Amino acid sequence: MRIKCPLCGERDLREFYYQGADVALMRPAPDAGPAAWDDYLYTRDNPAGETRDLWQHEYGCGAWLLVQRNTVTHEILNVTLAKKRGRS
Amino acid sequence: MRFSGWQVLRQGLTGNKGWKPQWRNPEPKSEYDIILIGGGGHGLSTAYYLAKNHGLTNIAVLEKGYLGGGNVGRNTTIVRADYSLPGNSEFYSHSLKLWEGLSADLNYNVMLSQRGVYRLFHSDGQRDHFARAGNAIVNQGDDAVLLDQAALRKRLPYLDYDNARFPIHGALYHARGGTARHDAVAWGYARAADQRGIDLIQNCEVTGIDVENGRVRGVQTTRGAIRAKKVGIVVAGRSSQVAAMAGLRLPIESHLLQAFVTEGLKPVIDTVISFGMGHYYISQSDKGGLVFGGDMDFYASYAQRGNLPRAEQVTQAAMTLMPMIGKARVLRSWGGIMDMSPDGSPIIDKTHIDGLFLNAGWCYGGFKAVPGSGWAFAHLIATGSPYQTAEKYMLERFKTGHLIDEEGTGAQHNLH
Repeated sequence: MRIKCPLCGERDLREFYYQGADVALMRPAPDAGPAAWDDYLYTRDNPAGETRDLWQHEYGCGAWLLVQRNTVTHEILNVTLAKKRGRS
Repeated sequence: MRFSGWQVLRQGLTGNKGWKPQWRNPEPKSEYDIILIGGGGHGLSTAYYLAKNHGLTNIAVLEKGYLGGGNVGRNTTIVRADYSLPGNSEFYSHSLKLWEGLSADLNYNVMLSQRGVYRLFHSDGQRDHFARAGNAIVNQGDDAVLLDQAALRKRLPYLDYDNARFPIHGALYHARGGTARHDAVAWGYARAADQRGIDLIQNCEVTGIDVENGRVRGVQTTRGAIRAKKVGIVVAGRSSQVAAMAGLRLPIESHLLQAFVTEGLKPVIDTVISFGMGHYYISQSDKGGLVFGGDMDFYASYAQRGNLPRAEQVTQAAMTLMPMIGKARVLRSWGGIMDMSPDGSPIIDKTHIDGLFLNAGWCYGGFKAVPGSGWAFAHLIATGSPYQTAEKYMLERFKTGHLIDEEGTGAQHNLH
């Protein structure tokens, strides 16, 4: 698997750190309650197919990336800088 | 037919013409008391213990492929009870005791080989951690011995003790751990469940779960609708998809774990060794192949095939641990889908839907749990209350903060 970093170009999988589903950009408010925090920390859609997750180009530019890819075929569909979306 | 030495002799003398298929291949009925989705190790053992312990036999096990064709047929076959956190400790202790009586209980040789498990340590801190873990294992009633380097050198002379980066200081030894024949476990449970009247239905994929007024009514399958009073989901890596059919969203992320086997070699490793520097473990199968594995591929995946960087890292770990392994040639590798939970521990629980039960989140430690998991899940389905060894495997524990993080690596699915 190779990921195309928007800043560095296409690089080997080994340069990237996988954080998890892109929910990490959707942190609830501190007082949102246990259900919202449970959902954020633990429950996942976990799709067999297209997914969006958060990676860091750890051994490259260090940028956090939103990667759209297929969990069955390992095809990378789209990669954008996470900072462009920001926190929601 | 009951298997015995006498049968082997008799069939051998009569041209082996009397052997029968080990289970039926029935058509699904329109209704059962209990449906178990998933004909892997855990589903089959659940079916068996529902019949044996609770006298329930109007049961179907629905398997989308063939029995034992998933993770139970593709793993590194290690059996052990060396967990130390409350929750895991009593569960795996019970499971190992069931393993020890399993061949006799099932009348099927699961080839349990208690050849011992060595967990190597490489630093003072790791030694202290293993000493604590060993005490916890002894306190739970199982066995653990802390070996220093001199003692270990006598037993495993072929390890690279003086490795510059990861010198081996000793090991925690668990004598009752070992390996078992993985396929035989699935086949043994399948045969024993079938003999008690349970229908094992293969090539039957569940496509929907029928829920009415908060109560489960049955399932839709590729072989038609089947009604049931109770439904258990036991589908490992596919847990999220099957649970979603009932509107459930689980605390699970599916990951890829690879394992490797070399060509057959003469006996060289007569035990199970796990390398404490990372996550590498090796044993030798009865056919002679060295069976080994390491960490997951670390990103969510359903591909059932691994990427090369992990293969490279695992073989590097192998060479660091025992340089002699460089002479062996890898015969094949394979990848399975692991249902990773956020704390690395499983879930055996009811759901908020009446009659719908969940057994999931085994991460990549499900094989050793097959007997204990089936026993506990059968008890839960039959009685409605959790079995004493699985009381802490609640689905709600993530919300309430009662996590069981055996490795202390944090609440991220891929870190366990």
